[in-house]
Order: sequence, then C-alpha cells, then structure tokens
Amino acid sequence: MTPDKILITIGGLAVVGFIAWFFWFKRTAGVKASLVSDGYQEQMILVKGGYTPDTIRVAAGRPVRLLFRREETAACSEQVVLADFGKSAPLPTGAVVPIEFMPGDPGEHEFTCQMGMLRGRIIVEAAR
Amino acid sequence: MTSTARTAATDQPMRHPAETTLDAHPVTAAPAATPPARDRQAEYRTLMRKWWFAAAVGAPTMVLSYPWLFPGLGALFARGSAALWWLWVAMGIASLAVLVYSGNQFFSGAWEALKHRSANMHTLIAIGTGTAWIYSTVALLFPQIFPSAQMTDVYYDVTVVVTALVVLGMAMEVKARGRTSEAIEKLIGLAPKTARVVRDGTEVEIPIDAVVVGDVVVVRPGAKIPVDGVVLEGASAVDESMITGESMPVEKRAGDEVIGATINKTGAFRFRTTKVGADTALATIVRMVGDAQASKVPIQRIVDVVSGYFTPAVLILSVLGFVIWYDFGPAPAFAYATIVAVTTLIIACPCALGMATPMALTTGVGLAATHGILIRSGDALQAAKKLDTIILDKTGTITLGKPAVTDVIPAPGFEVDAILALAAAAERDSEHPLAAAIVEGAAERGLTPLEPTSFEAVPGHGIRARLGDTRILVGKRAFLEAAGVQAAALEHDAARLADEGKTPVFVAFDDRVAGIIAIADPVKPDSRAAIAALRELGLEVVMITGDNQRTADAIGRAVGIDRVLAEVLPQDKAHEVRKLQLEGRTVAMVGDGINDAPALAQSDVGFAIGTGTDVAIEASDVTLISGSLRGVVSAIAISRATMRNVYQNLVGAFVYNGVGLPVALGVLYPFFGLLLSPILAALAMSFSSVTVISNANRLKRFKLTEVAA
Repeated sequence: MTPDKILITIGGLAVVGFIAWFFWFKRTAGVKASLVSDGYQEQMILVKGGYTPDTIRVAAGRPVRLLFRREETAACSEQVVLADFGKSAPLPTGAVVPIEFMPGDPGEHEFTCQMGMLRGRIIVEAAR
Repeated sequence: MTSTARTAATDQPMRHPAETTLDAHPVTAAPAATPPARDRQAEYRTLMRKWWFAAAVGAPTMVLSYPWLFPGLGALFARGSAALWWLWVAMGIASLAVLVYSGNQFFSGAWEALKHRSANMHTLIAIGTGTAWIYSTVALLFPQIFPSAQMTDVYYDVTVVVTALVVLGMAMEVKARGRTSEAIEKLIGLAPKTARVVRDGTEVEIPIDAVVVGDVVVVRPGAKIPVDGVVLEGASAVDESMITGESMPVEKRAGDEVIGATINKTGAFRFRTTKVGADTALATIVRMVGDAQASKVPIQRIVDVVSGYFTPAVLILSVLGFVIWYDFGPAPAFAYATIVAVTTLIIACPCALGMATPMALTTGVGLAATHGILIRSGDALQAAKKLDTIILDKTGTITLGKPAVTDVIPAPGFEVDAILALAAAAERDSEHPLAAAIVEGAAERGLTPLEPTSFEAVPGHGIRARLGDTRILVGKRAFLEAAGVQAAALEHDAARLADEGKTPVFVAFDDRVAGIIAIADPVKPDSRAAIAALRELGLEVVMITGDNQRTADAIGRAVGIDRVLAEVLPQDKAHEVRKLQLEGRTVAMVGDGINDAPALAQSDVGFAIGTGTDVAIEASDVTLISGSLRGVVSAIAISRATMRNVYQNLVGAFVYNGVGLPVALGVLYPFFGLLLSPILAALAMSFSSVTVISNANRLKRFKLTEVAA
C-alpha cells in the first residue's frame, strides 16, 4: 500500500470515528424549565433546523408548558409531536404555540417533528 | 412579529401512561390551524422559483460540461484550451449562484442541524453538492496538484443538476403533503362564519365568535346550522352528511339535537345553543383528527430508531466508499472516490423513511373522518388491522335501541291493563330501556302509572316495588322464582315470544305470577347487510346481550350471527371480551359507549357507535358519528387499507435505500463496470420521496364497500 493510501485510510477511519462520536454520543445536560407564577414549569423552544434547547429538564408532578416558536418555513418542522403525552400541534411560522402536559413518573420522553427528523428530549426528574 | 397561536395543542387525557392528568388546554376554534397550509403554499412558490433558476442554469451547464461530445462545440472548446478553462470558470460562477440561491436551504439546514449535533437530508445534499463544487474549483484553479490531467475534469453539472432535481422534488413533496391533509382542511372549512340569533326580541346576524350558550338561533331553509343546540320550535330535514357520513337527511323537530356546520334543507326552525367555539362537535372532530394524524403507528417506533441512526450512517458509508475506491479503485482513483462518495450522499433518502408512516396515517385518518369515522390514534389503526373477532352489543348497535311493548299475555285471573299499569308504576323511576318501553306502552293505552311507595332496582335482573299494599316484581323469570313466585304456567308463552325475538318480562303481584309483557327492539334496516360485510372481511361476528338465550338466538338468526352471548349482565360484558381474548383472539367491541365503556376499554379496539358526539368519543378507539353498523365495516376497511399503505411505503423506503446505497457505492462496478452518476442518484432520490407521498395520496381514492341498506 502506498503512503497516500495509508494516509487516506487512516484519515477516513478517523473521520468515521468522529462522525459516530459527534452524532451518536451526544449527551447534553439540558435546560431546566423555570417555574412561573401560575405554577407551571415553562420553557421557550426555538424551532429552526432543530429544537433549541433540545433537552429540557422538568420536575415530575408539576404541570409543564413548552412554548414552541418556529422560525423557518421548511415543511419538516411544521408539526411537533409529544407522542408519550398524546400531544401534537401545528407550528405556524413566527407564532408561539404552547403545549401543556403533566409529567408523571421520572423518565425520558422524546418530542419530534412529524417525520421524526428533528428530535428533542424531556427529562422528567423526581420532584424534590 | 410574534403572535400567540393557541391552536391544536391538544389533549388525549385517557390513554397515555407518561401523563397523569391535566385539564384540557384552552383551544380556540379550528380555523387557527390553517397557517401551516399558507406556509406550505409560500414554500412551494419559493421552491418553484429556485427550481426554475437552477434548471435555467442547469441545462446549458449539462451541455457545456462535455463540449467534446458535441460536434460544433468540440472544436471551439478543445480539451486543455484556454477557451475551455474560461468556460469552466463561467460555469463555476453560475453554479455557485445556483448553490447560493437555489440550494441555500441545504447549507443553512445542514448548519442548523450540525449545531444540534444532528444530520438530515440537508446535511447529505449540502455535503454532496458542496464537495462536487469544491473539487471542481480546486481542479480548475490548481490542476498541478492532481497527479493526472484526467482528474482535473469539473463536476459543476453535478452541483447544479442535483440541486435543481432535489429542489423540484421538495416542491412536489410540499404540494403532495398539502393534499394528504386536505380532509382536515375541508373539515375546518365547514365552520360557519356568522349566525342569525334573537337578541332583545329581534333577529340579528352576528359573527360566530359572538354566539354564546343559551342564544336562540334562527335557521332558515338552505342555511348552515352555525353551532350545536337543541331545537325549540319548527321542523326540518337536516343534511348531516359532512359530519356523520350518512347521505340521507335527518328529520329534526322540537327537542332534537342539531350539529353545527350541518345544512338545513327545506324547513325553518329555531334552536337553543348548547355548545360554541372549541366545544362544538365540529371543533372536537377537527381536534381529534389532528391528534390522530400526528400520533404514531406502533411500527413507527421501530422506524424512528432506524431514522435516528440513518443519516450519520450514510455519512460513514460515504467516507468508507471514498477510502475503498481510493485504495482499490481504478485510476483516476481520487476522482472516482469523490464521485462515489458524492453519489452515496445524494442517493440516500431519509425523508422517504421518515414520511412513509405519517403520510399514510394523515391520509387514512382524514379519509375516515370524511365518512363520519373518527379514529383516535395510530395504535387503534394498527390494532384494527389485526382484528379477527368483533362483538356487537345488541341494543342500540344491531337494533334501533327503541324497544316497544308488542304483547301482553295475562295469567289466568289477571287483566292486560292492570298488568301494564302496575308494571309501569313499578318501572317509572327505572332508567332501564325496557322500563321506558313499559311506561310508554302503558301511556299508549291511556294508562297513567301511579307513584310506587317503594322501589328497588336489581341491575340485570328486575325491579322490586310496592304500590300501596301490592308487592310488584317485574323482571326475568329467574328473578321472580328466586323470590318464591311460580312462573312455570307461562313458560310456553315465554318460549314462543323469545323465539320471535321478543324479550319476555315477567310480572308478579303479591308473589303470584300475573303475566308476561313482551318487548321487542326493531333491528336497524342495514344491520344484516353490515354483519354480512363484516363476515366477508374475515371477522367472526359475536352478539352480546342481556336478553335470554332464546330471544338472543332469534335475533342472531335474523341478522345472520351464529355466536350469541346471551344473559350477560352489563358489568360482565368486559369479562366476556376478556374470555374471547384468552382464546387468543384480537377482539373489537362495538357499543353505544356509555354502559359499554368497560367492555370498550377491555377490547383491542373499541368502537363507539351512535349520534353522541362527546361522551362516546373519550371512551373509544374509534367513534362512529352515525348510528349505522356500516360505519364499522368502513372503519375496518379504511384501517386495513391505511396499514397496507404504511407497509407499502416502509417496504418501498427500505428497499429503495437498501438497493440504492450499495449501487451508489459501486457494488455493480466489479461485475458490470456500472457506476451510478450523481445526477441519476438525485433523480432517484427526489422520485423516492414523491413516490411515498403519492402512494399515501392514493388512499384517498379508496372505495368503501357499499353495504346495501
């Protein structure tokens, strides 16, 4: 094998490793939803190529209000689905759409676009 | 500008283990859900503009990329000539313009996704077209760094044509996606804008939002009924087909319920408003359909896992393809390796995979809604496909649910009128449908039931009452005999009546059997045909009823049901469902949704049937707004067609990617010398996602089996 091929092979494998690490091994601590005056845990989520923040930590047993604001027209993100909570909502561009639910037991739940391309996580933590 | 849209952030409070309880989130009427449709139109127009620009640049670029293939151009732009170099420079600039104008969403989308450490279709197209452009530009500006002149050909045509085709595919996709949600948009469009109400004694036309509960609404011939209510005066026929799917107009008179968005035919009437805004039947239906369309079919969860790994896996395959072709491929290896890597990125279609299920679900649930069938979720749809047994509750499902007295057989020494009058007195406070029939039967004979001094109902068995000194028992023969009454003398009559499909109700006064009141509930005109259609769908049809075995068998024979579960107490219906499930069957239960609620919940798919539009909806997996059993046949047929469509789409998407990716990676090259062009890959990729949506749209042409009335 010529040096250039060895170099390309090593470089290629390094890129493969990087792709796997970058996309599949991300663990973000997430943002804790803040408690607002009406007793809800509230978090604004920006929808643009993904969800920002994409990991939201909430306390179990306290109502949650997620405020989705979509800032793009790409059809992919026009609907958000919280399958585990039986909620969904169309997201008109530029509008703030609230979705409310009561988190039950501690655990993790996904929220996605209708096609499952954009993904976020809700981490329900035991209430202190 | 920010607006707050309280649209369909909707609730399904009963079925979700992750959730405890929370009151329904306030929602406005359905029209707020339209902006995504406007977004879609705007996006379609933008994408088409981008396509035309890319196509306009793409056509000459395709020709000028290979001038030596064309007789006149070959001499003008000979290989290695300055003219060709300048031509390619011009093409590089033009293709950059295409990337910036027509393809900018790929780059911005890829960047946004990258910021979230995720990858999507945009990532693949951006890297693919970007790589082709950068490679070409480096080859053009710095040819000396390439070991051979063969490697310095440019691929600007790939950049431009791939961008054009993918953008066109996206535009077609946006258009087709709009069609899948036409059904719900049609429902939303039914909402009336104004109502004619009586305010301060005069009729005024007011916006629909200003109508409040209690308003008296005036409905003229041909007008749309604005909100839900109860008729106060007047009579008319109302076309409810847009809500119930039933084509025959329904007669309405004082005391009858009317549904908003239905159309009054020839008569005129006034009604009192009972529901407005988000509480109306139409708003509830729109909300339910929207929820169901956004829910997930269980199989989607597997697809979600695959999708989560798919795009990064394609990136990895592309890199590995590059390495393998560089190490082992023919010369010029670098050019081949680049083309293989780019083709691999472009042919992969995560969208086809992601859209396979939601598109079919959206179309199927919408189709059902247009036939007055509300499917609650994707779970219900998948379960409905697997059904092999269907239990039909007799009263109100197979029969009209309006039992009437047909015969009164007195025991020796008793009078017909006395039996009916005393039985009606005993039953007047009972809520049982048979009690209502007896009270009504007495009234028809001009008998006024007296008020009992005491009354006790024994659910599923009968009534124990006292009227002055007279002790009255009304109920099943076993109920009377348990109280020490000898009823054997009437056994022959009871058997005869039961064989005629009538329910014999025994009556005893002061521990002596007085007679039998026979009650019959007429079978709905289309039940027999609907049951035959259910059997044709391969289902075993079972009837469940509290009636005695002989009566139940007679009705079963009349409608073509072999298996009859008779003498089942209301509280035992769920247990009977469970018993059938233990036989290994997948069981549907069809009932009226109120006293059948436990059985509906126990069954694999619960069908609530009837004109009820609110209570029943919550208790069932599928709600049939019309009262006809034909709706069950249609619901099962639609569920099966939708699931078939889901599987077709999934198989299509998996096979496309499963075949396309290896071909793009060049597996055919060692055997046939075939290597896929990135342009063909772009064509295939665009075609695959459009095919998935078009297949889902095919569902709209699904013809329901017509069940003769």
